[in-house]
Amino acid sequence: MKVYLDNAATTRLDPRVLAKMKPYFTEKYGNASSIHAMGQSAFLDLQSAKEKVATILGGEAESVIFTSCASESNNLIIKGVALANQDRGNKIIVSSIEHPCVRESANELARAGFKVEFVPVNSDGIVTPEALRKVIDKETILVSIMAVNNEIGTVQDIAALAKIAHENEAYFHSDIVQAIPYLKIDIKKMGIDMLSLSGHKFNGPKGVGVAYIAKGIKVKPLIIGGGQENGMRSGTYNMPGIMGLAYALELAYKERDSYLKNVKNLRDYFWQNIKKEIKGVKLNGSLTKRVPANLNIMFGSIEGEAILMDLSFKGICVSTGSACSATDLRSSYVLRAIGLDKNNLNSNIRFSLGRFNNKKEIDYTIKCLKDTVKRLRSFSPIK
Amino acid sequence: MALNYTKKTINHFLKPQNIGEIKKPDGYAQIGNMVCGDQLDFFLKVQNGKIKDVKFLSFGCASNIATASILTEKVKGMTIAEAKKYKWEKVVSELGGLPSQKIHCSVMAVQGLKKAINDYESRQVIEPTFGKKTVNAKKAVAIKKKSAVAAKKTSLKK
Repeated sequence: MKVYLDNAATTRLDPRVLAKMKPYFTEKYGNASSIHAMGQSAFLDLQSAKEKVATILGGEAESVIFTSCASESNNLIIKGVALANQDRGNKIIVSSIEHPCVRESANELARAGFKVEFVPVNSDGIVTPEALRKVIDKETILVSIMAVNNEIGTVQDIAALAKIAHENEAYFHSDIVQAIPYLKIDIKKMGIDMLSLSGHKFNGPKGVGVAYIAKGIKVKPLIIGGGQENGMRSGTYNMPGIMGLAYALELAYKERDSYLKNVKNLRDYFWQNIKKEIKGVKLNGSLTKRVPANLNIMFGSIEGEAILMDLSFKGICVSTGSACSATDLRSSYVLRAIGLDKNNLNSNIRFSLGRFNNKKEIDYTIKCLKDTVKRLRSFSPIK
Repeated sequence: MALNYTKKTINHFLKPQNIGEIKKPDGYAQIGNMVCGDQLDFFLKVQNGKIKDVKFLSFGCASNIATASILTEKVKGMTIAEAKKYKWEKVVSELGGLPSQKIHCSVMAVQGLKKAINDYESRQVIEPTFGKKTVNAKKAVAIKKKSAVAAKKTSLKK
């Protein structure tokens, strides 16, 4: 059996989204910047896609910019806002559990002379308002805190944090990549100035993302040239990707209620049975302040990459935060940020469920996990 | 990040050789630790200067397990001197190659084995105490037997 439990990394394209995208490769393939009929037809579709995205997220269509991915959106927003708003201050605040594209963008700004603060999280993985208040001041240009963390799935109180940013005349940005469709995002109500998201995390296509930048915010563009997106992001509009993303977003929120119910039941069933069948396991981060598709579990005495590989050979795809699994051979800074014991930093597996998982797959995974853990523990020097 | 393990590496991960403990090892060493995410414990049984048995325990990734598995497979039966010289490059080539970020696993396996051999050798140290020699038990019995035979011969001569 093949079981895919790595939906936080990427998701399967919904076949309905594929059908929506296809004509933009084969018939309606005009360049949306061309002024002839084919081009202008594409341009109209582009506008309707922006309307759709804006409506679903409670924002304005004119503030929606399509990019190639959330990494690009985050680079554009973090660096673009900092560089264009130096008259408003010189401090950037990001959380200590941001995705590497936000973290590294902030690090690059630090090297360029900006003051960068990494606001800490508590052991639940939450940025408290008190923690943000401790580091923010009138010199702060931008606060960037992700709505849902990719490794441990914990959820932030975005509205409360945005309020604190505004009290200090700072802009508030949120990477909402992992929040869709788990959180109902209302840009206006929550006070979000800017956000980033990525199509392939909610059964849409890879290679397309959104950078939402509220009107009036100065941003230095990352990619310049042809002047698309009002000069904010040059490059031919990826019409198949854009139409796919907009439709996938629509489906995600249309079918949200039934999906959330199903995935929570499945996730809770999974966790209950893991606890029942396997000793020496612990959940990393809060179970309640967490999206219903995520589990990040510490398996005592055995190493993460070995667990991942063993499961992979049994047809099951998961993720880990161990040092051995990383390109830089460092263990996950997110797990370190929530205060995990240093002896347990390399024993964790992330299971992220999705739209296409079912109970049969979870039962198979529990059985395989039991065998994997038993095998690896049988020759572990850690008792 | 590409993690394309060779078939041989995968086999050694799924069916590791020489895995386990030796109750009363002649040499033992632990290398690495949980914090690093990489630990190997080596156990040696030595007879007549050769590695009679070698076992290992692992807290580590697939490479960690596979490199120790193939290394212990190769050095079993070797003399201590030969085993000490076994290079990490040979471990990598025996596996048919390792992803570049996993090469350090082969280095650690070889270092761990060397450490266990050093432990064995340190237990063999002869301590001179005012002319009296302390040797290991088997040798002592042999010497005793030899001197007993020599004594008998001398007494017979008498």
